[in-house]
Amino acid sequence: MPKVTFREERCKACELCASVCPKKIITMAGHINEMGYHPATVKEQEKCTGCAMCALICPDLVIEVEKEEKAG
Amino acid sequence: MRKVFSRPESLRDVPFHYCPGCTHGVIHRLVAEVIDELGVRDIAVGVGPVGCSVFTYEYFDCDMFQGSHGRAPAVATGIKRVLPDRVVFTYQGDGDLAAIGTGEIVHAAARGEKFTVIFVNNAIYAMTGGQMAPTTLLGQVTKTTPYGRDKEINGFPVKICEMLAPLDGSAYLARVAVHNPKNIINAKKAIKKAFQVQLDGLGFALVEVLSACPTNWGLDPASAMRWLAENMIPYYPLGEYKTPGRTL
Amino acid sequence: MSRVLMKGNEAIGEGAVQAGCRYFFGYPITPQSELTHYLAKRLPEVGGLYMQAESEVASINMVYGAAGAGARVMTSSSGPGISLMQEGISYLAGAELPCVIVNMMRGGPGLGNIAPSQSDYFQATRGGGHGDYRTITLAPNSVQEIIDMMKKAFDLADKYRNPVILMADGVMGQMMEPVDLDDEAPAPEVVSKTWAADGMKGRGHKNIINSLYVVPEELERHNRELGRKYAEIEAREVMLEEYRLDGAEVALVAFGTTSRVCRAVVERARSRGIPAGLIRPIALWPFPYDFIAAVAAGVKCFLVVEMNMGQMVEDVQMAVKGLVPVHFYGRCGGMVPAAGDVLKEVETIWRGGGEQK
Repeated sequence: MPKVTFREERCKACELCASVCPKKIITMAGHINEMGYHPATVKEQEKCTGCAMCALICPDLVIEVEKEEKAG
Repeated sequence: MRKVFSRPESLRDVPFHYCPGCTHGVIHRLVAEVIDELGVRDIAVGVGPVGCSVFTYEYFDCDMFQGSHGRAPAVATGIKRVLPDRVVFTYQGDGDLAAIGTGEIVHAAARGEKFTVIFVNNAIYAMTGGQMAPTTLLGQVTKTTPYGRDKEINGFPVKICEMLAPLDGSAYLARVAVHNPKNIINAKKAIKKAFQVQLDGLGFALVEVLSACPTNWGLDPASAMRWLAENMIPYYPLGEYKTPGRTL
Repeated sequence: MSRVLMKGNEAIGEGAVQAGCRYFFGYPITPQSELTHYLAKRLPEVGGLYMQAESEVASINMVYGAAGAGARVMTSSSGPGISLMQEGISYLAGAELPCVIVNMMRGGPGLGNIAPSQSDYFQATRGGGHGDYRTITLAPNSVQEIIDMMKKAFDLADKYRNPVILMADGVMGQMMEPVDLDDEAPAPEVVSKTWAADGMKGRGHKNIINSLYVVPEELERHNRELGRKYAEIEAREVMLEEYRLDGAEVALVAFGTTSRVCRAVVERARSRGIPAGLIRPIALWPFPYDFIAAVAAGVKCFLVVEMNMGQMVEDVQMAVKGLVPVHFYGRCGGMVPAAGDVLKEVETIWRGGGEQK
């Protein structure tokens, strides 16, 4: 199953990731990070397809995406 | 599990000083990914500008120069002429490249200097607080065009790719945008070509990247991306304006 | 060793080549054209590059790039062009990059004219551009000295990682004199520039060429470090020539072209019974304050002769500290002081009627 990880201390809550996520599973957390922003987070990890759109548009390299190794 | 997306080696693991939603971060990452993929980090020498991206030397993990306002192409000329086997690039904003540094960029292109220029066009002077740039659109409100850019006073926005294309020394000119994932993927392809043109010794290469400045445009980041698509792209059409041996 | 007849402008070029300089970036301006013509021909012969830039602003920034990449590099210009280069020179000083900048001075202000002048003394010796910095400034007075001085200029630039300015004027540039050329001189020592941003190539860390320090404490530390360097240069690199100062009671002070005139004046004054001598600062910065102060203790007065309205005279006054009168004789606009006129001035001063600056 694909996995998306947020390095929340680097997130500036610009919400661009949320705006491009095709599954609309990215939301801003209720708590604030060290910089004072509500960091982006994924609640329903199982819905993530690993398309990496969020990571592509994130200006602060907050997001890492991992995917199952394809056979062959 | 395999990482399909992670930080490139050519980018130091430090936070950017840019505002939330500023696309400098995206463009930095694309340049760093290209340097990684071409395996040229050890021979790369970059030149940063004056403007928001003045701290590029803190971010790219390769040898770097900080140049004076607009003069990065002259600095890069000095470097590349001394070290022709290194991969030299400049990273410049629109005020830097298209206003105060027009002389340097035009003549670097005319000489066919074999380095790569990343030209970030966000239609505004951002670091100084949102003044009109040479690339500010007609009617666009900025701190120094509070009634909108008036062609009678300020003239017309400068189209750099179109301007450099007729020069015989320019080998690769492309305009891309970074307002959505599809365009970001295209932007990276263009940046990679612009570095490859240098590696192949074909001449001057420049990629103009339409970029968003949510802070000084007074928009939230997602709206800024829409504004870029709806306003900048019609005036600054995307595409390759010149590839080696061919003007488009 | 061979003996050849050379113009000052050509000597600068040949001196640079012999000093191991292989890169020149510049923009045409009178009266330094022969230097660029010479190097445009000569540099490719030794595998170097002569590049004509689109402006002086671009030239000095090309120098910045080449110097930061580790090369021995130079540019040359004259008054208005040197003014255009000031921002770049400030960056070179701030980023501590070595290079040599030649100023074949002409008359000003503004477009002035292309005739010989020494009116850029303040600009060169006070930094010239924005910020708090100094440039080593050398002023030759013969074609032979130019040849020898170019090597010295590049060595000083590398030693202190600082721009060096060579100041001359149209007279020096056009003057032809026989010079001894050391054709068999060994290739100049390659100074290892571990700080150069020339690609990491297994260095293990990146190098940065930069003059930006946003944190006030860091910029102050940088300013103080530069200050320590400048103090070291002031302590070690004063260069001057003294001529017939033994028993002198009137000390002339002049540099470059005017020092040649003043040498003749000293001879003629002595033959008329006036004990005159000459101090010629070879380095204008660092200036020989201590030497002049010591001379001040033993002479009746000074006469500073310049081709300007009085610039170096202020440094002489600072050195003399009011101990004895400091007189000034200046010509401008391309007028070169004639030995006879300076001699008259010396005689007037000697009789006690000279006007103090």
